[in-house]
Amino acid sequence: MKKIKKFGLASFALLVFVLSVFPIYWMVNTAFTPNGLTRSQTPSFFPSNFTLENFNTVLFEESINPFLPALLNSLAITLLTVTFALAFAFLSAVALARFQFIGRKTFLVLILVIQMIPGEAMIISIYRLIDGANLLNTIAGLTIVYVATVLPFTIWMLRGFVAGVPIELEEAAMVDGCTRQQAFRRITLPLLAPGLVATGVFGFIQAWNEFLLALVINSRPEMMTLPVWLRTYQQVTNETNWAAIMAGSVMMTLPVLIFFIIVQGRMTSGLVAGAVKG
Amino acid sequence: MIAPATVVLAAIVGWPLINLIIMSTQKYGRAQVFGAAPEFVGLDNFIFILTDDAFWAVFNRSIAFAAVNVVLTMTLGTIVALSMMMMAKGWRILVQLGLLTAWAMPQLTAVIVWGWMFNTDYGVVNYWLSEFFGLDYLGHSWFSQPLSFFAVATLIITWQSVPFVAFTLYAGLTQIPGEVKEASMLDGASGVQRFRNITVPYLRPVFAIVITLQIIWDLRVFTQIYALQGLGGLREQTNTLGVYIYTISLGTGDYGMGGAISIVMVLLMSAMAFYYVRRTLKEVED
Repeated sequence: MKKIKKFGLASFALLVFVLSVFPIYWMVNTAFTPNGLTRSQTPSFFPSNFTLENFNTVLFEESINPFLPALLNSLAITLLTVTFALAFAFLSAVALARFQFIGRKTFLVLILVIQMIPGEAMIISIYRLIDGANLLNTIAGLTIVYVATVLPFTIWMLRGFVAGVPIELEEAAMVDGCTRQQAFRRITLPLLAPGLVATGVFGFIQAWNEFLLALVINSRPEMMTLPVWLRTYQQVTNETNWAAIMAGSVMMTLPVLIFFIIVQGRMTSGLVAGAVKG
Repeated sequence: MIAPATVVLAAIVGWPLINLIIMSTQKYGRAQVFGAAPEFVGLDNFIFILTDDAFWAVFNRSIAFAAVNVVLTMTLGTIVALSMMMMAKGWRILVQLGLLTAWAMPQLTAVIVWGWMFNTDYGVVNYWLSEFFGLDYLGHSWFSQPLSFFAVATLIITWQSVPFVAFTLYAGLTQIPGEVKEASMLDGASGVQRFRNITVPYLRPVFAIVITLQIIWDLRVFTQIYALQGLGGLREQTNTLGVYIYTISLGTGDYGMGGAISIVMVLLMSAMAFYYVRRTLKEVED
């Protein structure tokens, strides 16, 4: 009986693993297979005719809808978003966790409420706002919108990290002669470093993956970010070059996959509190 | 210190929200975009959509779609979390690794990759169904019928949502004190009894929050539906609320109407959101 249970659990584990991983495996497999072979009735389950040709196609040969500008746009917008969001969120988080001020509770509630407003309902007025500011199809426009999108969650997540550092540590340092600023800088800040990294990576993933706002705000080909690029590419090639589409998908997925696995542990708890999907 | 965040949020969330409300009471179309003064029409936009069959079709479709996805995701997520508790460490890590990769995949690439697997002519799914199950699926088009379109959409969304549910519930399960379980076992409680009388009550708050989040996320669904439509779906029969707003406003240029639908969407989600906000605040204060 015990053996059957053990065997059953092991098979179930294997099943979950295979079902979870197969689409990613299939993406990688197709990306390394010559396009001619992907268009055959009998798919091959290993990249037996291993090739880098598809990556070459996407990176250097595509002229109507090139990959590299989209990559640069994505990098610029994502890094700027993370920088500003972290700076603003850090200030707010310290204020929320360390000081009592009028409106503190209101601010907390508002952060959560804003988090719950569906972006899908806001696209029209955000589009018009950015249009009115003449920031459509610019790095700055999409960055500002993304900062606002990730701020509620980053504030919430960082607030938890700051609150997690006991105030007694700072007080002890002050007893030993540190000023309040020194105590914060030398004691609390180093302890917060992992939290800052996790929050930053989270913001990175959000901005990197975002599709709807990018589709609406940066629609011009030379200003597209990677997700919009990928969809356009799939439309432009009209499903004739799936191998190249998969190569593009691999390049877009890779950074996220690596980052995600690094911060996963911290995110699971944070996500429940912050209501953002990875 | 909260000034920078407040300014950004007021400008990018607060101000557009006010604008949205104003716009939903105006006749605001293409002419207005090019400078004509918008005309105040009161609740006309709302009256129009609430008596419009097309709107209700989309509305009901969104709710039904979300319901199916939430039930499926929660059921599978719970099963995976419970089995993870019983697995040997090696197997558990394997499961966690698999779940993580599925979860980490950007939504859009996930849709594109699944779309490729379900491709009409060269998709691996059609090949399998024909080769191993003897079904005649070669050349079968999954996206040209609303029902199978939504079946694939459900598969993609469930595939990416189960990891979050499983991980969160598993984290909750590991918090149940071992003594309680041992004591109940000594008292002779069966596996089912232990699940009903210990696991469920302990996990209730976690369940509540996860279900709320899933409902909200699945009602909002945009990327998956929009991208799948690009693979050959019949737009009119597969629109959900988010995609509908996009089509009405940015597609046809009727911003006033789109604004009204957006407001309906916000209201629809407010109840869920209210519950979530209250719950989260309570947890912070404890």
